[in-house]
Amino acid sequence: MNFIEEFRNSQSGRTLLEYINKRSTKPARFMEFCGGHTVAIFRYGIRQLLPPHIEMLSGPGCPVCVTSTADLDKVIALSRLTEVIICSFGDLLRVPSSRQSLLEVRAEGADVRIVYSTMDALEIARQNPAKKVIFVGIGFETTAPTIAASVIQARNQGLDNYYVMSLHKITPPVMRAILDAGETRLSGIICPGHVSSITGSNAWEFIPKDYHLACAVSGFESLDILYCVKSLVDQVEDKTPRLDVSYSRAVKPEGNLAALKIMDEVFDICPANWRGIGILPESGLCLKPEFAAFDAEKNFEIKLSEPSRETPGCLCGEIIKGTRTPLECKLFSKVCTPENPVGPCMVSSEGTCAAYYHYGGKLG
Amino acid sequence: MCLAVPAKIISLEDSVAEVDLNGTTYKASIMLTPEAKVGDYVLLHTGYAIQVIDEKDALETLEIFKQMEML
Repeated sequence: MNFIEEFRNSQSGRTLLEYINKRSTKPARFMEFCGGHTVAIFRYGIRQLLPPHIEMLSGPGCPVCVTSTADLDKVIALSRLTEVIICSFGDLLRVPSSRQSLLEVRAEGADVRIVYSTMDALEIARQNPAKKVIFVGIGFETTAPTIAASVIQARNQGLDNYYVMSLHKITPPVMRAILDAGETRLSGIICPGHVSSITGSNAWEFIPKDYHLACAVSGFESLDILYCVKSLVDQVEDKTPRLDVSYSRAVKPEGNLAALKIMDEVFDICPANWRGIGILPESGLCLKPEFAAFDAEKNFEIKLSEPSRETPGCLCGEIIKGTRTPLECKLFSKVCTPENPVGPCMVSSEGTCAAYYHYGGKLG
Repeated sequence: MCLAVPAKIISLEDSVAEVDLNGTTYKASIMLTPEAKVGDYVLLHTGYAIQVIDEKDALETLEIFKQMEML
């Protein structure tokens, strides 16, 4: 068993689809929170296989996409400082800020490096003692513990030239914000799989309890998603919203306690600025005062010469909330393409616009 | 960005594991999964094992699929 092929079995897939098609009678609109699910749903052609009265909607689960332009401007300002090396995961480099992307600043001479892991950034810090290495921490609960772990490693190894610009966000508050706004009438939520590996499925109990909506935590293989949709259909048909987990091999009710402990040791919960939504209280992670020596915001003067501005016409902010789709954006696939992205939802490999573009969603 | 893939631990030294991912070997930190041991499958995310995959639960899920096919 390699935990991949078994969950792509075509006979089981057909059985699940037959069940869904027989069982589902009511129109339903399900939001997949996670961008990884959006891509998997497109890649497996699941949208086309479901009954026409079931609508799948992409949610805000793409960390690059929800990073605000104002925060990106701060990262650009940091990258212009001398004696600084900026490290980040790849997707972020091409996202346009108010005026430039990190890739463009790099072309002008800034030292901006793509890393696969914070461990690579720590190694760069060790090899460049005369430089200051700033890791741009972007990501949800899945990624935040790995950044927290890097701060602890830096402290334990006495590295004094490693910093984190923490733009981390936590997911339940934005789910609540979207449901509270009531702009998208949803019947159920596919909850994020790897976020839940860390937080535990219990983090989503509020969805059936407070909002009476169906919900299920899904993995990323085709059967995981179909089984999750089956569960949502059952819940909608029976009017029994509950929290179901179709990814129990990787998601425990209480989550990963060791990872949560490390996160709690390094981070405080603070407000965060979400694209399209604005500042949400208690939805971000910032370094605790005892780790101030590693906090880029506390150790560098971030000077913004001009106020932030959004790209006119870009609907990313609405697409993230599920209130618009890429097909409603005038820039989509005309001005804004993966080769020349205008907004982050087209840059990120898990962005909704990129998924629509790559997997034929542009055809409607 | 929350992409994580199953990888098998083939050796372990302190908190650094060697993991096999489709025949390619990578180094991975098990700081976040101190309970992981050689032979376990872990979810690998940006160089860290973020969860040990539970084989018993996986088999139970697959059993549900089998039972559905027999209906």
